[in-house]
Amino acid sequence: MAGGVSSSSYYSSSIMETLFQRTLEDLIKGLRLQLIGESAFVSKAIEEIRREVKSTDPHTKSTALQKLSYLASLHFHDMSWAAFHVVEVMSSSRFSHKRIGYHAASLSFHDDTPVLLLITNQLRKDLASTNEFEVSLALECLSRISTPDLARDLTPEIFTLLSTTKIFVRKKAISVVLRVFAKYPDAVRVCFKRLVENLDNSDPQILAAVVGVFCELASQDPGSYLPLAPEFYRILVDSKNNWVLIKVLKIFAKLAPLEPRLAKRVVEPICDHMRRTGAKSLMFECIRTVVSSFSEYESAVKLAVVKIRELLVDDDPNLKYLGLQALSVIAPKHLWAVLENKEVVIKWLSDEDPNIKLECLRLVMAMVSESNVVEISRVLVTYSLKSDPGFCNEILGSILCTCSRNAYEIIVDFDWYVSLLGEMSRIPHCQKGDEIENQLIDMGMRVKDVRPELLQVARGLLIDPALLGNPFLHRILAAAAWVSGEYIEFSRNPFELMEALLQPRTSLLPLSVRAVYIHSAFKVLIFCLHSYILQSESMTSSFPDNLVLGVSELVLKRNMLEGSDLTTCEAPSAHCSEGFNPSNQSYEDLSIENGGDRTINHGQTSTPAFSENIFTYDSIINLINQVELALGPFTGSHDAEVFERTRHILCFIELIKGEITECLVQKGKTLESEEMKASKIIKLISDAFSEELGPVSVSAQQRVPIPEGLLLKENLDDLETICADFQVPASNLFSLGSPYYGEEVGVSPFGLQNKEESEPSNEATSLLTEHRKLHGLYYLAPEKNEIVGNDYPPANEPKLQVNPKNDTEDLVKLTVQSLATNKKPNHAKTRPVVVKLDEGDLVTITAKRPETKDDLVSGAVREVLVGSDTRTATSQRNPSDKSSSKRSKRKGKEKLNVDCSELKENLGDSEKLKHENPSSRKNKHSINGKERRHKSTGKIGEEGEENGQKGKQKSSHRHARHKASHRADAPLNVVSQTPVIPDFLL
Amino acid sequence: MGIRFILMVNKQGQTRLAQYYEYLTLEERRALEGEIVRKCLARNEQQCSFVEHRNYKIVYRRYASLFFLVGVDNDENELAILEFIHLLVETMDRHFGNVCELDIMFHLEKAHFMLEEMVMNGCIVETSKSNILSPIQLMDRA
Repeated sequence: MAGGVSSSSYYSSSIMETLFQRTLEDLIKGLRLQLIGESAFVSKAIEEIRREVKSTDPHTKSTALQKLSYLASLHFHDMSWAAFHVVEVMSSSRFSHKRIGYHAASLSFHDDTPVLLLITNQLRKDLASTNEFEVSLALECLSRISTPDLARDLTPEIFTLLSTTKIFVRKKAISVVLRVFAKYPDAVRVCFKRLVENLDNSDPQILAAVVGVFCELASQDPGSYLPLAPEFYRILVDSKNNWVLIKVLKIFAKLAPLEPRLAKRVVEPICDHMRRTGAKSLMFECIRTVVSSFSEYESAVKLAVVKIRELLVDDDPNLKYLGLQALSVIAPKHLWAVLENKEVVIKWLSDEDPNIKLECLRLVMAMVSESNVVEISRVLVTYSLKSDPGFCNEILGSILCTCSRNAYEIIVDFDWYVSLLGEMSRIPHCQKGDEIENQLIDMGMRVKDVRPELLQVARGLLIDPALLGNPFLHRILAAAAWVSGEYIEFSRNPFELMEALLQPRTSLLPLSVRAVYIHSAFKVLIFCLHSYILQSESMTSSFPDNLVLGVSELVLKRNMLEGSDLTTCEAPSAHCSEGFNPSNQSYEDLSIENGGDRTINHGQTSTPAFSENIFTYDSIINLINQVELALGPFTGSHDAEVFERTRHILCFIELIKGEITECLVQKGKTLESEEMKASKIIKLISDAFSEELGPVSVSAQQRVPIPEGLLLKENLDDLETICADFQVPASNLFSLGSPYYGEEVGVSPFGLQNKEESEPSNEATSLLTEHRKLHGLYYLAPEKNEIVGNDYPPANEPKLQVNPKNDTEDLVKLTVQSLATNKKPNHAKTRPVVVKLDEGDLVTITAKRPETKDDLVSGAVREVLVGSDTRTATSQRNPSDKSSSKRSKRKGKEKLNVDCSELKENLGDSEKLKHENPSSRKNKHSINGKERRHKSTGKIGEEGEENGQKGKQKSSHRHARHKASHRADAPLNVVSQTPVIPDFLL
Repeated sequence: MGIRFILMVNKQGQTRLAQYYEYLTLEERRALEGEIVRKCLARNEQQCSFVEHRNYKIVYRRYASLFFLVGVDNDENELAILEFIHLLVETMDRHFGNVCELDIMFHLEKAHFMLEEMVMNGCIVETSKSNILSPIQLMDRA
């Protein structure tokens, strides 16, 4: 260890401990010996350190700090208490001590560390040191802990180092710039030009560092770096360093979508690299660049897909995985690439690496379309049965998610989907209960036509007593219970459902689900009673009672015979479709099976599971008794929900029972008068229940009238300042709605139809339009213009066109049975109506706030670049004398401002625009227009002066202002930047 | 910032070196390392070396008893990071001569020094072994 020179292995005795301190090595050795009592050992060591670190001997102090850093870094011990000692050790004159101090600082300091204020001068001193290792320490430290204050105060030093002749230091200074920019955007004004100059440097180390920095900068706001495209292009073509090439490719991946002509220019070199390189990393970067940003270039995409194929069939799981990832990037735009490789993809669905399996699953889901969803789902469900629980649920989850997307967009046959859900519920590992629950209920409410099938599925789930034992299914059972209550009118045999809802094993359900069961039972009961009343009313009105009885007796007898024929038929498993399901049998079977103690024997009242005839008097009485019996125990329940619902249903029964039983006595007489009251109640409740439930709009809240006295903020200015932040990732511009952004939308005429992906291009093309206005001379004929406008991002359309054909091909392979080539006509059923509310519009109100810092950086970058364009001719050649003149001026902080204003005077129009910007958006736009006119005439003189002044004034309140003005001028800079798009692009 | 952190962890899951390029509190670091180590050490040789974790990727590689884990941004090139890990190991090999876990444990400072030469602020700045090692050799001689 550099620090622990003393190799003493003495154990500290009380007297000698300052003399014979344990070194880090001793500490580590000690730690290794501790198998159990590590924490005791460590706390003892910390005790020692606390003592030693206060020592006046720099060596003892730094060794103590070194040990502490070790414990903090690898054993998670707090070292914030030693912050001041860190500062002390940092300022040591010995390099080995200083290094320990710096390391400790970068490890433990953060923005809120109070002693940070104390290190500015130390850092400044070390940054200016003649010892390049000291400079390097300070730079390293700054790259980790820089705060806005540190960044501001040390910008001049960094600026100097950016052009130092010591490569060792310069490359580090370049990397630090990134952090400095992030913390203190105004540093861009000072340092950016020098950073750009370094792009021309022939030294590979410098180049690697500076390209790395631009890669990061460009990923935050690519638009600002378009003017540098020629430099990057040169590197792309000339560089032999794969690390650098990878970074440059990343930059182009960001820039290309903004500037179609640039893309056209670089796509060939990229393909060259892809073809030629032997390095897999570079090849993969080329692939990734092409699939993500050059997907319009057919030949490039084809080449990339060939290369992806190579990766996919490689034995190396890493390449396999990356190949799959690349495929999933390209899937939305070029589904054919996935389809071409579908055998491989499906093969690796059973790979042993869960990550690879997941990627495959995503790809398979990408292939899903309306026409093959049935087959793919079937294949996947089979896979899920074979998979481990985790992946099984991934599969189920992605099926659920894909199928329900956008209000079940791809589902045509809802009956199929509902039964698939039923099937999925029975998969042993299924843990997607919540999602299935939601979808069952949601479909019930949205899709009227599916309700009968839904009820069948619910019935299937409810009557299977085995399912009640699986806790993951409880949510699904709740949904099934709800469905059975809500859509009971589609049931062929409500008695059977009632039986299922009340079966003894429901005691396994959590109380919340039981409450749903009970409430559903109530609905079923009401339905039966109501049907019975309707039936007897219609009978009494049309026939004399005895006749009815006679008839029904006949019916009964006949059914008895048939019923006995069917006694072998197990009701729970039998589907009611035969039409003669003897419900009583099922009733009994179940009760026997469940050890039920039914007291009433209903063998003599066999009822056909058919129309209203099932609602005989006896069956109703039985039903009521059954409910009473099953729910009785719940009157003692401690769960409020269960208790309340039980009480409701039992009280209701009490209310009507008397009358109903009386009817028994007076059977044959007119029921009207007696039944009046009960039937009225029943009718009322039944009416209440038959009110159809629908899906609730997400925006329902907005339709609630505002209560009096509630104050809503009328003035949304705050919102405006928040929203104005966005620049390029401005998909939000559209989603936030026109009121605020009408004007911007206007700027990009084809913006609305294309939405997010196309947004950057809109901006770029609007830049182009501007540029064209100014330099129409250099442009090709106008039809070219339209091509630029329209051909660019039809993001979604190709997909739609490609999908159906290819998908069906796929489907042919996926499953043995092939449906014909076209999707819609094949479906026997037409797609039922799906109730859709307004969710579509609301999806994206998630106005995310982009980091203002980035904004500031890119704003400043644009200024500098625009400015530099006017200056390059003069100043780029001789950067040295300019910097030397500055160096002479450097004295503390004021100097910075001088620099700034100096730069500013030379800056171009965007700077000027910025300063004139009032914070209000509206004004800004009018000015924007004005300025442009200005510009074209030729102006700068007066503004330059003005800027000079402002630069000086600004220093005091720069921060406050800066934010406001930058926010506002994001889109504006875009426009003003236009003139600098280099000739290279033309 | 490209690289967010570099960890060296042994088979038992003990961290032997931890270098972060953004500030995390002790608790965050402890949680992060625990999660990552659990995820990565459970994987076998036939599985790929990339693991998605939270909002970034872990690229890892095992050398003998030591795992090298690098946390990177999502758009970082995984293969390049694997090469970087290999370069790091080769560099340490050259310096220590067939590097092992103990070398790193007892010469942690040097390992940090090498990393600092190679990576600055999360960007890879140096890929030449002799360039990386020259300052250390200078200091050893001093």
